[in-house]
Order: sequence, then structure tokens, then C-alpha cells
Amino acid sequence: MIDFFQRLFGKPSSSATAKERLRLVLLSDHLSLAPEVVESLKHDLIEVISRYVEVDAEQCDVSFEQREKQIAMLANIPVLAMKARQAPRPPEPPSEPPAPPAPEPPPESIAAAVAEPVGAPAAGPKTPAVKRAPKQAQGSRPRRKRRKATSQPATAT
Amino acid sequence: MQETVVHADGEPARGEAREAAAAPQATRGRAIVITSGKGGVGKTTTTANLGAALAAAGAAVVLVDADVGLRNLDIVLGLEARVRHHVLDVLEGAVDVDGALVTDKRVPQLRLLAAAQTREKDDVDTEAFRDLVTSLRERFDYVLIDCPAGIEKGFANAIAAADEAIIVCTPDVSAVRDADRVVGLLGERRSVRLIVNRLRPALVRKGKMLSVDDVNAILHLPLLGVVTDAPDVIVSTNRGEPVALDAASAVGSAYREIAQRIAGTLTSSPEIPRERSFFEKLFGGRP
Amino acid sequence: MARRIVITSGKGGVGKTTTTANLGAALAQRGHRVVLVDADIGLRNLDLVLGVEKRIVFDIVEVVEGRCQLRQALIKDKRIENLSVLPAAQTRDKTAVSELQFANVVSQLAELCDFVLIDCPAGIEHGFRNAIAGAGEAIVVTTPEVSAIRDADRVIGKLHERGLPIRLIVNRLRPEMVRSGDMLSVDDVTDILSAELLGIVPDDEEVVDSTNRGEPVVLRAESRLAVIYDKIVRRLEGELVPFTTFGAPSLFARIFGKAS
Repeated sequence: MIDFFQRLFGKPSSSATAKERLRLVLLSDHLSLAPEVVESLKHDLIEVISRYVEVDAEQCDVSFEQREKQIAMLANIPVLAMKARQAPRPPEPPSEPPAPPAPEPPPESIAAAVAEPVGAPAAGPKTPAVKRAPKQAQGSRPRRKRRKATSQPATAT
Repeated sequence: MQETVVHADGEPARGEAREAAAAPQATRGRAIVITSGKGGVGKTTTTANLGAALAAAGAAVVLVDADVGLRNLDIVLGLEARVRHHVLDVLEGAVDVDGALVTDKRVPQLRLLAAAQTREKDDVDTEAFRDLVTSLRERFDYVLIDCPAGIEKGFANAIAAADEAIIVCTPDVSAVRDADRVVGLLGERRSVRLIVNRLRPALVRKGKMLSVDDVNAILHLPLLGVVTDAPDVIVSTNRGEPVALDAASAVGSAYREIAQRIAGTLTSSPEIPRERSFFEKLFGGRP
Repeated sequence: MARRIVITSGKGGVGKTTTTANLGAALAQRGHRVVLVDADIGLRNLDLVLGVEKRIVFDIVEVVEGRCQLRQALIKDKRIENLSVLPAAQTRDKTAVSELQFANVVSQLAELCDFVLIDCPAGIEHGFRNAIAGAGEAIVVTTPEVSAIRDADRVIGKLHERGLPIRLIVNRLRPEMVRSGDMLSVDDVTDILSAELLGIVPDDEEVVDSTNRGEPVVLRAESRLAVIYDKIVRRLEGELVPFTTFGAPSLFARIFGKAS
């Protein structure tokens, strides 16, 4: 995010810097995880997703949303390209039903939701940790999907 | 290591000198609490900037955030991303103090011991905190303690650990009243001195703001310095870059001067900033 | 039964007491019966901001300890009809009153008026817990600065735990600094805190002078803040009032140092 400003305007405004710093600090406060651990969490999340799709690491953004008594972590991860599968496998539709079509604003990205903070098991079948993009015919654009999952906060703040 | 306390007006410190216990004074650093009573007058900003200025001048400084639950010293210093442990982790034995100290990369002589964010001030044992500060004094020239607002447990812990105090007060009736209460609670100690923060000389001239003299007519404290209100403090907090490290900042310069008075390298009385005339404002110089 | 609103922030010095005094005065000017309660035991300031400090006879601790009747401790404002203040004690501390006792006092006051506004102390300890114990809703005051927002976030979390509805006032906004990118905007603040906006109050040097005189700024006819607080009060009453947008100051204003 800050890179974007730097490219266009030189040094980012101090308010833009402040906003970025606050986001990290509040995420850290809410999850009761040290900021470095939060950074590791983001890094690991992106790394896991990168095993399935190529992502634009610089544009990845992980944030959270506080809604009443629930906290939702949101990850916005722009996808550059699908990765070729390692093992030979005949092309077939995925075992899970494809997600319903969603609007396609550029840039393409997959948003994943983390149901619970790091260390806790995944919430259940309704809230998968990573939403896979359905297989696309070559040349067509992957659909943009956004899924939010909500959960109780790990600790009361 | 500066042991004699020199004041701007040459007078001895208000109150009796109190001998530091245990180790001989020559090898001990100074523990100074920065307090106010009233919240939002600039304690944390002052702690951060005085620490940065003292460290930049060569002293070994550790800043201790005593505001458990509402920590901000880390974010004002721009070190928030590197805090892994806090005072309670140290007091409870989860980590030793070196594991908790964050070194400022811009000024390596400056270190931060952060407060816990998701704990309570009541969780801090006063004696244990005092012992921690005493042990830090063995290793650092200055231990600056950022006191929380109020006069409850957090305040009591912070002042118990230090034998010197700096009161930060803005020129408004609420802050002066609260500072006065705090002076009473501080009792006798090695030194209690005043910083008047966020002065607006133009408003003072118009009679819309208390002057430094008005403030000290009530508090009767040796004046350590005066800092005028300026927008660059907000910008510096946005960026996490203390103004004391900015050579071009007037506020930074005020903090650097105060640091010199604390260290004893500057003994002149603080100058009280006056309002720039209309022409100075328009043309940036004297007519 | 009155509405019981706590005005809180976490961070000290962002304008809770000024907000409580001015909202109270503005509500009373619109005909509501209002009681203001100072929950900052030991460091009272609501009395000073309202200019009633010389008329304090009894305080909330004496009420709780049964040494006087509640009505005896209330100070009626001489300038504004329907406005009263229950002062805090100055020579005690916040442990002098328990949460239950505080809540009881607020309930009793709620029988006597239309609005009880509780001025919360800084912090999230005993004084804060007392102040919210009596409340049915909360106003969180923050300035557009990093520390204040962080503390407001913490307080919002605590208020959520109690299930209190929350609305936000962004105080001391400096539109020219927002424009130059040197200050977070109101949108930045509401983005980060995810709270419903109740009001935007610009920084105004009149506040210092009005506090010096013990005169809430809404009482000054020429004050632009009076208009702002009136809007906030109307939103509290349930009206949908558009938020003020703060335009660029004229060159004249910039030279002579007055914000528009």
C-alpha cells in the first residue's frame, strides 16, 4: 500500500503512514499477538495460498473488521496466474460445487477468510480457510470471490 | 553520570534530597517519572522526545511505559512493530529484561520497555516494578518512566519507582488543577520540575490562555522548559519519528534544550516563547 | 426514565469533559431536563468547565455514603434552565464508590430528568467501570491522532463486552491538516474504528478561553461550535442531520490566522 504512494507521490503523507501503522497495531491488539507474529501470520497465509496460485505479494492486504462482538480477518490477495499442477491429472471439474458467479472488478483477486485466529482449528465446513478458485478454461478470467467468515475474538479486549 | 541536580534558576530542588538506597550513587543512573494527572497533556510525547534527545547526546537511556492496557509509548516512538514482550512478561518471569527491551535503530542508545496492552494496571506489583527500575538504573544513565493519566494504581506504581519527577502541564485550568493535585501526592523527593507544554503565545497575548507565569503561580515548581504548540508533533506521531531527532523542528529544539537541562549541560533559565509579531508572521523575519 | 449516556474515550485529554458540558448545555437549551455527572473522582473537572466550582457543597461520594440527599448535591446551572451537575469528590479516589453504588445514583437521577450524561475519566480501570455501570449507551470521543484512536479502539472493545450501543465523536479536527495529509481524516477514523459517527467537531481556540471562564462554548452566540453541538444533539434526538464539511480557509483567514 505504502509502495503505491511512494511510486506516485514520493514520500507518503504522514496520515497514510499513520493509518497503516494503526491497522497493524490494532490487529495485533485484537488478536493479542505481537506485531511480529501478526506479520508472520500474514506471511504464512500468503505463502500457503501461493502454493495453489501465483499471487502479487506486494499488493496483498490482510486486515480485520470489528462487527459488534465478532472479529473477522479479511485477506485480499491479488492473483496473477494459476499454477500448473505438479502431478499429471485429467482435467475435471472440482469435487466441490463451483461458487456462484460474482461481479468481476479488476484486478482479479481471491479473498480468503480465516475463520479463527492462528492456533485454533478451522471453524467447520461452512467456513473454509481458503476458498479455491474454480478451474477455468484457458484464456478466461478467474472470477473474483470474496468470502467473509466471522468468529468470536480469541481474547476479550 | 550527572549526580548533582542543577536547576534553571540556580535554586536547590523543592523538597529535601533523598538518598538513593543500596548501591553508591556514583554508579547509578537516574530514574525520572514523567507525570501530570491530566490526560492528554503530552507525557508520552515528552518521554519519547526527552529519551531520544538524551540518547542522541550519548547517554544510555531506557524508556519504561507504565500505562498498562493503554500503551502508546511504542507507537509514538515508531517501535510498535517490534514489541514482542512487555513489563509484565519481565515481572512474571516469562522473559528476562533483555528479551523485552526494544532498541531504537535510529538512536541505538535508546531502548524501550513496553507496557502490556491486554492486561490491567492492578496486575503490576509495586515492589516488583520498583525493583525492576532499580536494576535498570544499574545499567542505564537514565530510566524515564511514562506515567499514565490519573492518580490510581498505575500512577502510584510509576511514581514509587522514581525519585525524580517531571510534571507536564498545559496552560489550561483543568491541567493546572490536576497537576497541583499530583504535586501534593508526589511529596518529598529529589526533584520535581515543570514543563509547560502546548503554549500558544498568540492566545496568551490576547488573554485567552494562561501564561507560563500564571501556571507556575499555582504550581511553584522550578521550570525545566516550555514547549509551544505545533502541528509537527502530530505529523511526527503519525510517522513514529520523535521531533527531537528533527534538527529543523522548533519543538524538537525545545525538547533538546530540556534534555540538556536535565543532563546539567545547560544551566540558563528557560526562555518563555513570545508571540511573533504580525510582520514576522507575514514575512518570516523581524521588521 | 431518562437516557443515560456515558461520554468516554480511553485516552485522556481528547475532550470528554468539554463534550459532556457542551452537549448537556445544548440539550438543555432544546428543552430537555439534563443532569451531568462527573465520574472522575479525585481529579474532578466538570465543575470547572461549567463554572460551578465555587458552588459545590456536596459531592457524589457523600451521596453514596449517605451524608446528604442526592438533591442536595445537585448544582443547578444559573444560566441554563433544566441543567444540573452532580460533582465528583476531589480529595478521594475512584475506589470510594463501587460500580453498584454508581449505577444506583444514576438510576435515581434518571427518575428526575430526560438525559443523564456521565463524564468518564481517562483510562479503563475502576473509574471507567463505574462510569459505564450506570449507562445505557455510550459516546466515544476521539481525536484524529494515532494514540487517541488506539485507545478509543480499546474502549470500544470494552463497551462491546457490556453490550452498550456506541456512537463516535471526532473532536479537534483540523481540516487544513487533513487536506495536506498531515492528519487522519474522519473517514480514516471511522474506517479504522468501525463505529457509527455522531459528530465532527473542529479544533477551535475558543474552547480554551471558554474553559478558563467556565462558560460552555455553546452559550456564546458567535461560536461556530454552538452550531456543531446543536447538530449533534439533534442527531441524539433521532433526527438525520447531514455532517458539516469543512472547506478551505480563505487567503485572508490564512494570513490572519483564523480557521474558517
